[in-house]
Amino acid sequence: MAQPEQANRTGGSEAFRRIAIVVPYLWLLALFLLPFLIVFRISLSEPVLAMPPYAPQFDWSAGWQEFLEALSQLSPANYLWLAEDALYRNAYLSSLRIALISTALTLLIGFPLAYGMARAPERLRPILLMLVILPFWTSFLIRVYAWIGILKPEGLLNQFLMWIGVIGEPLTILNTDTAVYIGIVYSYLPFMVLPIYATLERMDHSLVEAALDLGCTAFGAFWKVTARLALPGIAAGCLLVFIPAVGEFVIPDLLGGTETLMIGRTLWIEFFANRDWPVASAVAILLLLLLVVPIVLFQNAQARAQEKAK
Amino acid sequence: MKSLGNVRRSFAPWADSSARPYIAFENVTKRFDDFTAVDDLTLHVFEREFFSLLGPSGCGKTTLLRMLAGFEEPTAGDIFLDGQPLKNVPPHRRPVNMMFQSYALFPHLTVADNVAFGLKQEGMARGEIAERVGRMLKLVRLEQFASRKPHQLSGGQRQRVALARSIAKRPKLLLLDEPLGALDKKLREQTQFELMDLQEELGLTFMIVTHDQEEAMTMSDRIAVMDAGVVRQVGTPAEIYEAPSSRYVADFIGNVNTFEGRVTAIENGMADMAASDGFAIRTHAGAHGRSGAHAYFAIRPEKIEVTRQRPDQEHNAVEGEVWDIAYLGGLTVFNVKLDSGTIVKATVLNTERGVEDPIGYEERVWLSFTPDCGLLLEN
Repeated sequence: MAQPEQANRTGGSEAFRRIAIVVPYLWLLALFLLPFLIVFRISLSEPVLAMPPYAPQFDWSAGWQEFLEALSQLSPANYLWLAEDALYRNAYLSSLRIALISTALTLLIGFPLAYGMARAPERLRPILLMLVILPFWTSFLIRVYAWIGILKPEGLLNQFLMWIGVIGEPLTILNTDTAVYIGIVYSYLPFMVLPIYATLERMDHSLVEAALDLGCTAFGAFWKVTARLALPGIAAGCLLVFIPAVGEFVIPDLLGGTETLMIGRTLWIEFFANRDWPVASAVAILLLLLLVVPIVLFQNAQARAQEKAK
Repeated sequence: MKSLGNVRRSFAPWADSSARPYIAFENVTKRFDDFTAVDDLTLHVFEREFFSLLGPSGCGKTTLLRMLAGFEEPTAGDIFLDGQPLKNVPPHRRPVNMMFQSYALFPHLTVADNVAFGLKQEGMARGEIAERVGRMLKLVRLEQFASRKPHQLSGGQRQRVALARSIAKRPKLLLLDEPLGALDKKLREQTQFELMDLQEELGLTFMIVTHDQEEAMTMSDRIAVMDAGVVRQVGTPAEIYEAPSSRYVADFIGNVNTFEGRVTAIENGMADMAASDGFAIRTHAGAHGRSGAHAYFAIRPEKIEVTRQRPDQEHNAVEGEVWDIAYLGGLTVFNVKLDSGTIVKATVLNTERGVEDPIGYEERVWLSFTPDCGLLLEN
C-alpha cells in the first residue's frame, strides 16, 4: 500500500535531480558557450569602421538567403594573419615562458609555506590560513599598484637596500620582466599554497616515520612520501597559477616594461587601441585552445590514474 | 618453591645475572613541554624476548617505543641496543623496525611495493627483493593481493601487510605499537598466536605496546606494567597475575577483590589481619606484612569458594548474600554482598553439566579461601 506513495516520492526526487543537473548546464550554456560562439564568430569577420566594428553583420529579419550570404563572407583570414606575423607567435611564446617560470617560482615558495603550515601546531593553523587568505580582502588592482610604490627606483625596496648598504644606486626593477615575476608570484601564491596545504594537512605523519624506519634519510622520506603524496595538490596549484598567468594583463601592464610581451596585453591593444575586434577575438580563441589542450590532457591522465586505483 | 603458573617455553635470561640485556633503558626521562611522559625509567629486555609494555593510555609506553625507533630523543638518560648507545643515531640507521598502530601503509604503493620499500632502501638486488617479498607475502598469506593498493584491502589484510613490511628487512628488534587494536576479537586472538609463532620462527626480539591485558598475557615472555611514566612491575604473566606488587598492578591485570585492614600479628611467617569488613584473614606475611600496619589483602575471584554451609575454619571465611549471578558458560560469576556492603566477586568453574540445586539469588552463602590463595599488599 505504501508502494505508490514511495514511487511518487522517488519520481519527485528524480525530477528534482534532473533539474539540479540541468541548471548548471544552462548556466554554462548561457554564460560560457554562447559568448564563446559570439567571440568565435567575430574572429572570422573583417574589421570595419562602424558600430559594431566588424562585418558582416547578420540581419535576422532579412531572411534565409541573406543569412547564408553573410555566412559565406566569414573567413579564417585573421588566423592566417596571426600565423604570419611573428609578433603574435612571440607574444604567445613569451606568455607561456613567463607563466611557466612564475609557476615554478610560486611552487618553490608555495610548497615550503604550505608544508610549514601543515606541520604547525594545530591551534596556529587557522591563523596561518587566515594570513594566506587575508590579501584577498583588498582589491587585486590596488595590491598590484602598491608594488609600483615598492619596486620603483626611489621606492621602498631600493631605499631599504641602499640604507643597509647592499647597493650604492637604485636597481631598475620596475618595468622589467623581474617585476612581472614578482607580481605574478605575489598575486597567485595563495592559489598554490591552499591546494598543497590541503593535501599535506590530510597526510598521516606516521607515513613519513614509516619511511624513516624502513631506512630512508629525512630527504628520501620527504621525496618518496611527502612530495609524492602532495602531487595532486601540486598539480592543482600549478594549474591554478599557470592558466590565469598565461593570459595575465594587469600585472604586465602595470609592472612590466615595453619589452614585456604578453598575449593578454596584445589582446588588449588589439581590442582597445586598434579597435580590431576580429583579430582580438582570434587571439582570444587561440589562447583558449592553447590552454584547453594541456588541461584536457591533465584531466585525462588524472581520470586514468583514478580508474587504475579502483 | 611452587611455580607460579605454566611458562610458554623454558626461556628466562632475566633470571641469569650474567646475561647482557639486549635493550637497556638507563634512567631515561622524556618530557614534552611540562608533561613528563617517561620518568627516570630503567628497564632491561633480553634478546629473543617477547616483551610487552602494558598500561593505560598516556602512561608513556608508546613514548618508550618511539625512543627506541628514534622518533624521539630522551630528555635525560641513555638507551642501549645490543650494548651500543642509541643517542643521536637517526631512525634509518637503527637495526629496528616498527609496526605502526595506524599501519602507515603507503597509499600510493601496491602491497608488494610496500613490503619492498625498506629492501629498496638497502639497495638490495631486484631479484632478491622479489624473492624476499614473495616469501613475506606467503608468510602473511597475502600472495594473491600483491598488486592491490592498501585501500582495496580489509583491516585484517592491511595489518598483515604492515607486519610483512616491518619484518621484511629482518630487523633484530621489532617494535609493535598496538598492532592488533583495530581488529575484531576473533581475528585478534588468531593473530596473537601467529605473532608468537613468527617471533619464535624468526628468532626476533619483540617489544609490543598494548593496553589490552589479555593480549599481553597471551603473548609475552615478560610484561612491564606502566603507570604515569614509571614501571610499576616487571615480570612473567604468571608473576604479574599471581604476585602483583601493588593494588594498581593487581587491579590492572584481571579481576581482584581487595580487603582493607590492619595486621594484628605475625607469627611463623603467617600474618593475621582484621579486615574492615568484619572478618579475620590469615595469610602469608610475604614481604609486606608488618605487625600493626595498615594493609590490603588481594584475592582473585577464582580462588574463592562459595558454599551454603559455614566452612570449618576460623579464618578466611565471611558470610554474604548473593547479589548477582552471571553464567558465562565455562564458569559462573557470583557477586556476593557482604554485611558490610562490600561486593565480592567469586567465580566457580562449571565442571559438570547441570547442578541439582544451584545457588540462587538473595541466598545467604559463605565465601572462603585458604591462606595460600591471597596476597598481602602494602599499597
